[in-house]
Amino acid sequence: MKNMLQQIFRSSKFLIGFTIFMTMLLTVIIYPLIVKDEPLAIIGQGTFFEPGIYVNVFDSINSTHYTLSLNDAAARRIASKLGDQERLDMKDWLLAFGIPENEIDIHDNTKLMELWVNNYDSKLALGMTSAKRNYYARLDKSLKGILGTEGVIIAIKNTETGLLEETNSIVQTDYVNIGQVSSIRILPLGTDNFGRDILTELVSATRTSLQIGFVAGIIATLIGLTLGLFAGYIGGLVDDVIMFITNLFTVIPGFVLLILISFSIGQEQRGAITVAVVIGFTSWVWTARAVRSQVVSLRNRDHVNLSKLSGHSIVHIILADILPYIASYVIMALILQISSGILAEAGLSILGLGPKTTEVPTLGLMMNWAMIYSAHVTGKWWAYIPVLVTIAMVSFSMNLMNTGLDQVFNPALRD
Amino acid sequence: MAEIRSLEKKSCLSGSGLTKVFGFGNQKTVAVDHVDFNFYEGEVVSIVGESGSGKTTLAKMLLGLISSTEGEIYFQGKKLDIRTQRKKREYWKNIQAIFQDPFSSYNIFNKIDSVLLDCIHMRGGRKFSHAKKVELMIEACSFVNLKFEELTNKYPFELSGGQMQRLMIARIFLLKPQVLLADEPTSMIDASSRATILDYLTKLSKETGMTTIFITHDIGLAYYVSDTVYIMERGKFVESGSADAVILTPKEPYTQRLINDVPKIYEAWDLSTV
Ligand SMILES: Nc1ncnc2c1ncn2[C@@H]1O[C@H](COP(=O)(O)OP(=O)(O)OP(=O)(O)O)[C@@H](O)[C@H]1O
Ligand SMILES: [Mg+2]
Repeated sequence: MKNMLQQIFRSSKFLIGFTIFMTMLLTVIIYPLIVKDEPLAIIGQGTFFEPGIYVNVFDSINSTHYTLSLNDAAARRIASKLGDQERLDMKDWLLAFGIPENEIDIHDNTKLMELWVNNYDSKLALGMTSAKRNYYARLDKSLKGILGTEGVIIAIKNTETGLLEETNSIVQTDYVNIGQVSSIRILPLGTDNFGRDILTELVSATRTSLQIGFVAGIIATLIGLTLGLFAGYIGGLVDDVIMFITNLFTVIPGFVLLILISFSIGQEQRGAITVAVVIGFTSWVWTARAVRSQVVSLRNRDHVNLSKLSGHSIVHIILADILPYIASYVIMALILQISSGILAEAGLSILGLGPKTTEVPTLGLMMNWAMIYSAHVTGKWWAYIPVLVTIAMVSFSMNLMNTGLDQVFNPALRD
Repeated sequence: MAEIRSLEKKSCLSGSGLTKVFGFGNQKTVAVDHVDFNFYEGEVVSIVGESGSGKTTLAKMLLGLISSTEGEIYFQGKKLDIRTQRKKREYWKNIQAIFQDPFSSYNIFNKIDSVLLDCIHMRGGRKFSHAKKVELMIEACSFVNLKFEELTNKYPFELSGGQMQRLMIARIFLLKPQVLLADEPTSMIDASSRATILDYLTKLSKETGMTTIFITHDIGLAYYVSDTVYIMERGKFVESGSADAVILTPKEPYTQRLINDVPKIYEAWDLSTV
């Protein structure tokens, strides 16, 4: 037994799979201890905030200001304000004004701004519609705002007099130390369509999906194992009846059955565990078949005959003389059942038949939300790529462990 | 010796028209084909035949491990009825076996102690004190020249093939059944331990007077151990009788061939030369 464990942990495939899986499991356990937010708390007003560090503006104003004279600050400011569209629009105006095309380089911020500031005049019509002229006036104003040096005044309205009273002013060279700003929120994976922190949600979803996988996998394995053992060992009528039921389940694909049952249970009754149980009850078929065929090949072995001759009961023989011989096989089947349980939940949820959406997120539900709000169309990759990667990693690590075990238990596959 | 016994011959295990067919249609194999036999109490019977002649299949039917396709088995004059699990377990108190391959005969997850304890329990010793059980196990092991202290807490696969078969005999020693079916107990072990195994086996059947059915493909071996010999060819008994009669004056060409396969029948099993 000890020897077996050593061999298992010497298999590199198993080890890699095990490490990935354990890392995920530990993350799922430790993360909630550090970040105590509700996984489904809506923190963003708006949809799909990009991943990044969010610094509170109000707190920035109120923390100590430091003056740093940095040459490239203005250029950066302009660059961030000048989108591709604005640059093209500026070029259009300058062309209309009469600047030769070869003098306009829209990629050189300083030159472009220089040309603009020197030439733009809001009074010139240049044959443009008034909407267009207004647009250019607004653009000019915002650019001049960046270029100015007089800064911004922060004022508070006096409730009695109704007058604005200056409390603070900010100039372009003012900086705050990010460590002194009291409220900062890092959103490594941004927010989703409801404005929820995707990372926190993802960790919680992974945890729920693993739970679903384990519950579904254990149920499926227990049912499959019990039926397979009895059908295989007892044979005869018992075998016929069990195999008839198994064949029925084979003819109706498990996933179709799963969809029908999930649908008929109804959205309100579908908690995560209910869904797990339904998955478990519809996916035991191949475990039962596999276990049965293993048992059939074992039941006529001499050690089983000897056990019979030693006066042992059928239950004792199944538990002591058959089960230990297929234990490694059953563990492998369990691993596969767990990973396919997780995938089944994802599949169901994508179809909108997963657990009800108000309690806990699951990996499948996150995919479902991302799809409904067309994150994939609008390029909000952070709403679905991390979920896909997580699903793939869970499945990948479990399959690696499984192949690793297979190599240990099945000497013919060793390299 | 055979003559003395024949005066008080009582049938122990007999069969009529016993048949076993595996598969059906094109895949059909008639492993045992309408055999009739009568094994008497206390005698050593050999069933001799080449590989695939159906010896193991017959043994498994006699043991009640597989059902027969046709025919009847009579145990101590009564038609054998082992249709229920309980009756089977009752029958197995009377008949035991040693299998061909010691390496696959033991459950690799059970320790040697539990193999022997099962036998004590089967003989109604479940309530014995621990000391009493150990005493019995030591006695059984020393019968086959094994040291219980060295075997306790070990697994069967840590033993050699010869030691495993000796442990099997120790099992029979504890169980003291009325019938023992030994299915080529020496075919899978090295030549040097064969004679020892056979010695313990014959010693045990002499001491307990149990009916011993000895299955082998080696007619010389049959001559060495048995009173009566049955020759089996492709599922049928082609010749039977006392060991001397069958082997010294064979009637069937098949028997003749089996004999010719063993060069010096009288010397081959002279123990001093093995
Ligand atoms: N479970 C089974 N299913 C189908 N055929 C079987 C089965 N068991 C045995 N047979 C066939 O029955 C025939 C007799 O086999 P059996 O094992 O009884 O021979 P044997 O005399 O014991 O041979 P050996 O000396 O090699 O042990 C063989 O042709 C074998 O292929
Ligand atoms: Mg055989």
